[in-house]
Amino acid sequence: MSVPATAIALPEATGAPRREWLVFARRLAARRTALFGAVVVALVLVTALAAPLLSPFDPLAQELGDQRLKPPGWRDAAGRVHPLGTDHLGRDVLARVMFGARPALLVGFAAVVISGMLGLAAGLVSGYFGGRVDDVLMRLADIQLAFPFILLAIAVIGVLGPSLATIIVVIGVSSWVVYARIVRGAVFSLREREFVQAALALGSGDGRVLLRHVLPNVLTPWLVVATLDMARVIVIESALSFLGLGVQPPDPTWGGMLADGRVYITTAWWLATFPGLAILVTVLGINLFGDGLRDTLDPRLKV
Amino acid sequence: MTTYFTRRLLQSLVVLLGVSFVVFFILHLTGDPALVLLPPDASADDVRRFREAMGFNDPFLVQYGRFLGGALRGDFGQSIRHGEPAFHLVAERMPATFELAGAALLIALVLAIPAGIISAVRRNTAIDYVSTVVALLGQSMPTFWLGIMLILLFSVQFHLLPSSGRGTVEHLVLPAVTLGLFTTARITRLTRSGMLEVLSQDYIRTARAKGVSDPPVVWKHALKNAAIPIVTIVGIELGTLLGGAVITETIFAWPGVGRLSVQAIANRDYPVVQAAVFLLATTFILVNLAVDVVYTYLDPRIRLR
Repeated sequence: MSVPATAIALPEATGAPRREWLVFARRLAARRTALFGAVVVALVLVTALAAPLLSPFDPLAQELGDQRLKPPGWRDAAGRVHPLGTDHLGRDVLARVMFGARPALLVGFAAVVISGMLGLAAGLVSGYFGGRVDDVLMRLADIQLAFPFILLAIAVIGVLGPSLATIIVVIGVSSWVVYARIVRGAVFSLREREFVQAALALGSGDGRVLLRHVLPNVLTPWLVVATLDMARVIVIESALSFLGLGVQPPDPTWGGMLADGRVYITTAWWLATFPGLAILVTVLGINLFGDGLRDTLDPRLKV
Repeated sequence: MTTYFTRRLLQSLVVLLGVSFVVFFILHLTGDPALVLLPPDASADDVRRFREAMGFNDPFLVQYGRFLGGALRGDFGQSIRHGEPAFHLVAERMPATFELAGAALLIALVLAIPAGIISAVRRNTAIDYVSTVVALLGQSMPTFWLGIMLILLFSVQFHLLPSSGRGTVEHLVLPAVTLGLFTTARITRLTRSGMLEVLSQDYIRTARAKGVSDPPVVWKHALKNAAIPIVTIVGIELGTLLGGAVITETIFAWPGVGRLSVQAIANRDYPVVQAAVFLLATTFILVNLAVDVVYTYLDPRIRLR
């Protein structure tokens, strides 16, 4: 007896992956802390991007007369309020805090991209090929980790001279290890999976297998590491700026403002408090979002 | 066991070699170490003579060999600022840095491990919630800001604790708390997640089903297994602490290696910088080696690898 040829309903080629993203996004949004974190980060990002439009004052405008070291809420001669007060050169603190978001986010993003790429490449090669290549790369990682990072950074920046580009490169080049380790671990477990073995059996070269089959599957843990690492990088940027090794004055950086504020801690507490709060809030937002990301994608990630 | 140990020792030596190369190379990053070491107003003649005298015209590997030989003997040259051997300057400040890092680690362990355990055992209750929030804040806070805020509160406002220098236990409190907060937060979260993972294992369920009451279950079975990632983290955190001490020492004027290094870099006193980085990295490598040995006692499976 002939079986009628019934068309088996297959999901649309574009339908399944689109739905997967939606499911993931919905699950992530359901975690309220992650959502809160994402909102905070978005606000900081908008502030950084639109600072010239949003800021009530010019962050570089000094007013050395009687406008120095005024407390939050002070109203100046022209009748404008300085919500966070003024600093030792009469500059509005709120404006400087808003503009300070720019180097922080820029360094955070750029350094993460650099170390992320380096670590991804190292992890892929290390995990996939194993053997001597893995040994050498892991030895390099150990060497990298043996240094107290800040000390290495200030030594290098001290020699090369401080600038935005220098700190991005220094932080970026020295942070690759955590990415490499996570990717390597993921590749180890992926190596033995059937789809990889099948691709190899069908004649795909190593390069093709790495790019088309392994890479897309390690992006998930890599993304979690990248998010959490960005928080760490922002703190490092402010630490380097605090030591005078980042973006140079008079351009505002949160770390630089903290260094200035430290001098006046007894008389003008607001100088050091608000930039520090800015760092705290930004980093907290990123951490909350990153934690949510990790818990949604793979709670067992040891990150 | 001995083969594992010898293997780790050899690895550590390789890492140390790599460290020495990087430390040596920092001075050559711009291509001309003479320009880095001399003040900016040195004449071209001075620079040329300096280069000859310091052997900077020799082949790269020869220079590295010379540096390595010196480093192994503890000779990093004279401090440009102080005129004393760089190594001695660094070595005499190591105890201060160890004291600070040690105190910070102690505070972290004393606070974090119980907090993490209680959080895990009393999961999703108020105390878990509070400790999680505090830990999250602790990991998100820049330590130097915390240091400044603590100084503001305890030194400026209430005159309770000194804000700088080293001497009595009171001098140690603020810097150690500042330095230790991040580590405390990290270890709390790790202890909590480690304990949660262990507590959900079958052998815990079996022990409870057998009728073993909770405290022995928690302490004997769960903690011993959760201790492994904690020990790993302690090793890594010590490195973080040694590095983080740089900023904390600067804020609190703590006379340690970190503060010396920051001053040395500001003064372009690179022999001191090289000595400091090399010594701290060596310490870190040794600590990690020790941690690995402790590891083999906690997890016998490691020995067999």
